[in-house]
Amino acid sequence: MQMSGAQMVCEALIAEDVKTVFGYPGGAIMNVYDEIYKQNAFEHILNRHEQAAVHAADGYARSTGKVGVAMVTSGPGFTNAVTGLATAYMDSIPMVVISGQVPLSLIGTDGFQEIDAVGISRPCTKHNYLVKSLADLPGILKEAFYIARSGRPGPVLVDIPKDITAEMGEFVYPKEISIPTYKPNYKGNDRQIKKAAEAIKRAKKPLLYIGGGAVLSNASDLVRELAEKTQIPAVETLMARGVMGAKNPLLLGMLGMHGNYASNMAMSETDLVISLGARFDDRVTGKLSEFAKYADVIHVDIDPANIGKLVDVDYPIVGDIGTVVEKLLPALDGVNTDNYRAWREILNRYDELHPQSYQDSDEVLKPQWVIERVGELLGEDAIITSDVGQHQMWAAQHYPFDRPRQWINSGGLGTMGFGFPAALGAKRGNPDKTVINITGDGSILMNVQELVTASEYKIPVINIILNNHFLGMVRQWQTFFYDKRYSETDLSFQPSFKALAEACGGIGYDVTTKEEFDAALKDAIEQNKVCFMNVAINRLENVLPMVPSGGALYNMLLEHKDQ
Amino acid sequence: MQKVRRVISVIVMNESSVLARVTSLFAGRGYNIDSLTVAPIPDSELSHITIVTKGSPKVIEQIIKQLHKLIPTLKVIEHEEMVEKEMVLIKFPIGENLSNIQALCSAYNGGIVNVGVDMVIAMASDEPNRIRHFIEAAHRYNPCEVVRGGVVAIER
Ligand SMILES: Cc1ncc(C[n+]2csc(CCOP(=O)(O)OP(=O)(O)O)c2C)c(N)n1
Ligand SMILES: [Mg+2]
Repeated sequence: MQMSGAQMVCEALIAEDVKTVFGYPGGAIMNVYDEIYKQNAFEHILNRHEQAAVHAADGYARSTGKVGVAMVTSGPGFTNAVTGLATAYMDSIPMVVISGQVPLSLIGTDGFQEIDAVGISRPCTKHNYLVKSLADLPGILKEAFYIARSGRPGPVLVDIPKDITAEMGEFVYPKEISIPTYKPNYKGNDRQIKKAAEAIKRAKKPLLYIGGGAVLSNASDLVRELAEKTQIPAVETLMARGVMGAKNPLLLGMLGMHGNYASNMAMSETDLVISLGARFDDRVTGKLSEFAKYADVIHVDIDPANIGKLVDVDYPIVGDIGTVVEKLLPALDGVNTDNYRAWREILNRYDELHPQSYQDSDEVLKPQWVIERVGELLGEDAIITSDVGQHQMWAAQHYPFDRPRQWINSGGLGTMGFGFPAALGAKRGNPDKTVINITGDGSILMNVQELVTASEYKIPVINIILNNHFLGMVRQWQTFFYDKRYSETDLSFQPSFKALAEACGGIGYDVTTKEEFDAALKDAIEQNKVCFMNVAINRLENVLPMVPSGGALYNMLLEHKDQ
Repeated sequence: MQKVRRVISVIVMNESSVLARVTSLFAGRGYNIDSLTVAPIPDSELSHITIVTKGSPKVIEQIIKQLHKLIPTLKVIEHEEMVEKEMVLIKFPIGENLSNIQALCSAYNGGIVNVGVDMVIAMASDEPNRIRHFIEAAHRYNPCEVVRGGVVAIER
């Protein structure tokens, strides 16, 4: 059928079953917006900043497992989107971002709002395209979605010059796709899988090390089955919270810089690491030479470049976590779960010795109490997003995550300003779920304009601001490692968060006690509007345990006198 | 860790941004490029990129995996048993040394390829370290310009 390039973009989105596009218009993308106006197969959400639009698409993708879609104009529209692309790239989130570009004839002339989008985004996308001819457009869009969601997922940018969206041509959207140079390997090598199973049967102190890949591959049920069948204890990375389920007795907790004692000790003493979709990030490993020092390593990952990158691997298995675990299960028939009983007992004792805990107070609200309270009241039903800082770590440590895709945060890039827009995307993708953004008084201001988006589109996201009047995580490092020189981290000067929310059509609450908190949360859920819950917490609360950066995982600070 | 020299061939789709993808990978991840050559493979939609690099075995392994990960990459070959050649062009002022230059070039699979009013251009093609010797030897004839071509390699 004959149609314009702009129409082709819309037709492709429809063919990909896209229901929601997050974006912001401008000169170079106007042709596409004109076509969006004329159709009603998908909705468009006008975020109030391109960064927020991309984070919203990202939150949509993380919470639904579908490809998120965002649309921006050239120049500043695109550069505003870069943080969103990089955030998604670091956490392997499937996303397609469509950007307008100046007309082909102006490319290279420093035209108005011209910027080299493919050049800038090359290191923070899985792949990107500058469309140079209308004939290529349908194929490129098809490839973009396919690349975004297959193999190790990631964001793909399609940069489309304005004259191409105006030009008329024949639209045939490819049904099948095959890229001869891109063939992700899902299956895993059977011989390696068999060897890994033998190693597991031989081990005395094996440990499941579960990463975000288990979420991305929708392999949670299989991973739980593997743990239950073998009775091997498990630790989760920040990105894997929810995979095992908080109630699972085999789950020790989160490991890493702010991991709990038992998890970090388990990693330090294990004799066999079974890594499922984790990538040995420095925030997880601490000092590499001390990490899992006594262990052989089984590493299952869809991305061969992750295997052997940081840690030497004895049993490398390239493949999809779900597919590989499915093959591993029968290979473990007859495994003797008693083999690991002594090991489980050691770890349980570690957990009794130093459980994940905190000192509650009658005078001042403790952030950990707030998180646990939300967990008690909403548990499995809520989707929790977060920003970056202490509040993020407290949420990861204390919320009882029970299922994958319940916990959404920027792990790899650590992007402040991610939580609120990501929550909007998550709520749009899961209208029946309560969506809560656990945020800080610093982070929330980094995409605060989304109050307007949330009000306009009636997206009732609850923002719980754990307000310590500090850039708390940086302040904590200054307390521990910089002799309390609080350089530029004091946020005593504050807006009225309540008034801010109200000014934008939302609700605000100022909370200082447990009773006020319960009442505010109850009210917020009933009111069904976007809200800011400004919760005054203990200013100098620290996130503990903590492995000082570069230190060995077993050298945790468990308490600090300045609590 | 001990650094090793490696010659790597990358077979890629011959599309506009592919070389930028390869080079920005090296720049962004802090890998070395000692030399890089690229040309289309005849009767195909592919190009052959030859890269000479140095790094620890772990870094070399990452380079190869990261190159492979690029969407337009078809194949990455870490050369072991290979024939490796490089070419160089050198411009000399014309003088009484012409025959010596001629003799030097023929020792390195080359010759005089152009003679002008006041200069000659000589060429040699040989293994990379022999090319280095050739350039050193040519110094005594006061070359005014030296252009090396970069390494190409083919597995035996
Ligand atoms: C965009 C961005 N800028 C800077 C940082 C560095 N940083 C990490 S945590 C943090 C403090 C965050 O403060 P707040 O949101 O109040 O959270 P808190 O730690 O107090 O809970 C900063 C500045 C970052 N992660 N992201
Ligand atoms: Mg704060």
